[in-house]
Order: sequence, then structure tokens, then C-alpha cells
Amino acid sequence: MTKKIDNILYIENVYKEYGERVILDDIDFCISEGEFCTVVGPSGCGKSTLLRLILGQELPTSGVIHFNGEPIGFADTRRGVVYQRYSLYPHISVIENVMLGKKLELGLLKSGRKLLEIRDEAVEFLSRMGLEEHQDKYPHELSGGMQQRVAIAQALIMRPKILLMDEPFGALDPGMREAMQVFILEIWEQSDMTILFVTHDLEEAVYLGTRIIVLSQYYTDGRGADVQRGAKIVADYELKYRAATTKAKETANFGMLVGKVRREGFDPKQRTHVTDFNLQHPDSFQSLTDIEKQRV
Amino acid sequence: MINICRWLRTVNSEMSDRISSEVRHPKFLGFAAKPPGKLKFFLTALPFILSIAIYITASQIRHAENPGDKILPTFTQMGDAVYMMAFEIDPRTGERLMLTDTVSSLRRIIIGMTAASLLGLVIGLNMGLFPGVEALSSVFITFVSIIPPLSILPIIFITLGVDEFAKIMLIFIGTFPLICRDIFLTVKKIPQEQITKSLTLGASQFQTTYGIIMPQVLPRLIDTTRLSFGAAWLFLIAAEAIVSDSGLGYRIFLVRRYLAMDIIIPYVFLITFLGFVIDWSLKKYVARRYSWYIKSKA
Repeated sequence: MTKKIDNILYIENVYKEYGERVILDDIDFCISEGEFCTVVGPSGCGKSTLLRLILGQELPTSGVIHFNGEPIGFADTRRGVVYQRYSLYPHISVIENVMLGKKLELGLLKSGRKLLEIRDEAVEFLSRMGLEEHQDKYPHELSGGMQQRVAIAQALIMRPKILLMDEPFGALDPGMREAMQVFILEIWEQSDMTILFVTHDLEEAVYLGTRIIVLSQYYTDGRGADVQRGAKIVADYELKYRAATTKAKETANFGMLVGKVRREGFDPKQRTHVTDFNLQHPDSFQSLTDIEKQRV
Repeated sequence: MINICRWLRTVNSEMSDRISSEVRHPKFLGFAAKPPGKLKFFLTALPFILSIAIYITASQIRHAENPGDKILPTFTQMGDAVYMMAFEIDPRTGERLMLTDTVSSLRRIIIGMTAASLLGLVIGLNMGLFPGVEALSSVFITFVSIIPPLSILPIIFITLGVDEFAKIMLIFIGTFPLICRDIFLTVKKIPQEQITKSLTLGASQFQTTYGIIMPQVLPRLIDTTRLSFGAAWLFLIAAEAIVSDSGLGYRIFLVRRYLAMDIIIPYVFLITFLGFVIDWSLKKYVARRYSWYIKSKA
């Protein structure tokens, strides 16, 4: 098993516990640059916790998270983030929200010329999102879908190495959701950015990703029945066929894959043993303890 | 009274002309009531009119029995007293007393409240954002806020003397803990996401605190300062009543010795009016300056 510690993101033996409760139970994986990696799993399995660890909003209880070969540390400009809610600052206009990161870079030395340059750049990002006519509005005056597009622009203007998205379209109605899925794919194809996209919607995960990681607490191992288990990565696929339109969701292949992932990760009755996980992706690896490997 | 009855009748008939649907909102009673404009105005004015009417009646009854009554002065008597206080120069001090009193009271309350709200903002903000500062000061400030400020009034006068600073200090001590705790709770309610997000946008902790989070709590600071003004007036008047040489509270307690209700009542109205104007202007300022605050709450 080759360890790719110099990948853009490298995670090994990561545990996260809140008090007695184990949320993440020995997570290992790494991500290659340029990947659109979706993380999917049943609700409460710790998807968002994993994202917060990578973001640096929280620290793991134990384990290693490396970013470009170095320990990751607290949140910084190498990582952009779009949350389901609260991504935008309510007290400044849309354009100010997008300009914010670049303005912070200037610090106190705000020359008029520099500010104009930043404004132009922000307008350019907003027009890519199709929002240039809304630039002077406050966030609360926009629809949910528009707010999320502004949030994406706000993150992208900093040109992060990796964009972390936590259920970004979870609060949108189905039509808007689909439009945003197409939109984020376009954005991703135009840039060389790595995206880690957390969702509980299986179809969304299969449709968007070049790779899908299934996180689930439904599995068995040699630790016995009375151990409180956290979630592990139970499946990890490469998704080779990129979908051009949302029509792809209606094909038989798409349906079969969604069904397969659902059985592997979402069905409490169907538990796979840790040694039989379907970890096909080349960047996938697993470090199990001897007890875990035992078959009961 | 007859006029009012006639007017009410016309309001009622106007309303019944405008039947648009079969189910109508009642005008006054019930959850679904929608008082029409004129009725609403009348209802708003009614308690004021009634209180003034009751006062005038009671005052007339007392004056019929004893023309020299001082307890419920007539409006003419109060008008004369106000004229004397507001426009005639006091021979002893050479000043127009009502103006001097108003200026010195306003000065004290404004300095005290400005200090309390600015310090409350800075400390509350830092307590809400930095767990270290919270651990250091949260319980202490809660503890201090429970001390009844009037009970330490003697301590303030003994240690700080009896001049302006002591009075401003009482207002400050009386209002600061509440403002501070309210800002602390407001900052605590700001989602952690906003703080992490600012770090991903390259903000330093200083920039996040004073550039991103502080502007968001400013309208709340004004709101909570507005609400604290009631307490501030209480402490101001208490301090002025005990030691002072000018001020609205000082005057009220001074003339009490002569049962000068014709001065006390107008002064109470003046204090109420000043409080109302301050409250109203702060409210208008928030609505005008922080439209996002009013609307994103709704």
C-alpha cells in the first residue's frame, strides 16, 4: 500500500470523539489535486465533522491530517468553504461580501486604486455567477440559490487550493438544486480546483463527483457488539464517466450505482465486515487494528 | 363627549359601507381585530385623554374646597411655575434654572451611558469571541451585575467624592454589566461558521473581531443601550437627589420640601419627554442606518 503523504490532502488514523461518543472511527484517505470528491453517508454519520476537521474549525481527537505535506492547522486562505447557511455576512452588501477576502489582504493600507481593482475583480466573479445586477443588495434580499452563488464567489475570489462544501444546496428547492449542481460542475471544470463536497443526497453525490467516499456507521468488525462505533469509510469509488447534463441521472447505470451505494452505506441491516470494504479508488487506503480485522 | 360619540358613529357607518367579503375582521374585539385608522388613533389617544380628564376633575374638586391647595395644582399654576423656571433668571445663581438642570442632567446621563455602552461593547465582544476572556470575566461580570447599584451608592460617594464623576460612575455601574452581558450573548449567538469563514478569507483575529463581528452587533448595542436608559435615569435621579447643586432630580427633591407640585409635575414630564426623545431618535437611527438588521430579523 503506497502512502501518498504529499497529496494535497492526506488523512490517517483520524478519530473524533465528543466525550464518550465516537463520531469518526479511524478514517484514512487522501485526495489528489483536481479531484471533485463527494462525501456521502446517512445523517449523523459525521460527514460534517470530517469537513470541519479538514477545514481546521475543529481538531481531531487523534490522527494526522496533512495538507500539501504539512500538518494542516487552523482555518486559513488555502481552504475555501461554503456552508449550507451562514456563509454570507448579513451586514454588508453582496459586492462587499465578495470583496471581503481581498480587502482583508490589504489590511489598513487601502489605496483607492487597489480598492477599484478589487471591486472590478469581484464584479467579474459576480457576473460569472449571473448576479452582477444584484451587487448592491444585502444577502437577505436574495433567494437561497442566489445567496449560495454569492457564497461560492466569495470563496473562489481567494483562489483556494481546495474548496470545502458542506451540504451547500441542502436548503434549496429541487429545481434550484439541480441548476446549482450544473453550475458548480461548470465552475469546477473551468478551474483546476480540488473540491470536497459533503452531502446526504446520494444522487447528488454520484452525479457531481469524480470520486465518491461513503462514510457510514453500519459495518461490523472484530471489536464485539457492545463497542460504540464511529463511522468509517465503507466504500470509495472512482466515477469515470462524467455527466454532461442532468439527463445522466435517468440512465440505468446511474440508478444501479446509486442503488449499490445505498446498500453499502445506508442500510443498517446490511453490514459489511471491515476487511471487505469496497475501497477501489487508487487514493484509498485502510489501516486496521488487529482486533478490528478479526471475524466473529 | 357627544361629539366623540357622533364621530364614532360616522366611523362605524363608513366601515360598514366598505363590505368587500363575507367574513370581516372585527374592529376592536378578538385576535383577528383590525382597528381602522381613525379608531386606532382614537384608541391611542384615549388613555391620555382619560388621565388628563381625571386629573383636571380631581384638581377642580380640591380647589373648590380649598383655593390654596398645593397637592393637585391647576394647569394655570403649573404654566406659571414652568414660566418662572424656564424663562426668569434666578437671582441667586443668575441662571435659567430649568435649562441649567436639563443640561447638567443630560450631560451626566450621556457621558455615563456612552462609557457604559462602549466598554460593554468591547468587553462583551471579546468575551463572546475569546474563550480565555470569557473564562476570565464571565462569572465575575455576572456577579457584579447582581450587586444592587444603589446599595453601593454610599461607597461611591465616600471613595469618589460627591462631584460629577461619582454620579456618572453610578450610571455607569448601573448599566454597564447588563449591556456587556447582552453583547456577550449576542456575539455567542453568531454562528461559529462566520468566524471560521473569516479565517478562510484571510482575516486575522483582530480583523475578525473588530472588522467583521463588531459591525454586526452595533445595532444590537444601540437597542440594548436604549433599553438601559430607563435604569440610567433611575440612577441619575437617585444620585442627584442625594448630593448635587443642579439637575432635574436635584430640583424635584429640593422643591419637595415646599410641596411645590406645580414644579415637580412639569419636571417629571420634562424627564419623560427627554427619555422619549432619546429612545425615539435611537430607534429611528437604527432603522435608517441598519436596514439589514431590521429586515433580516423578520
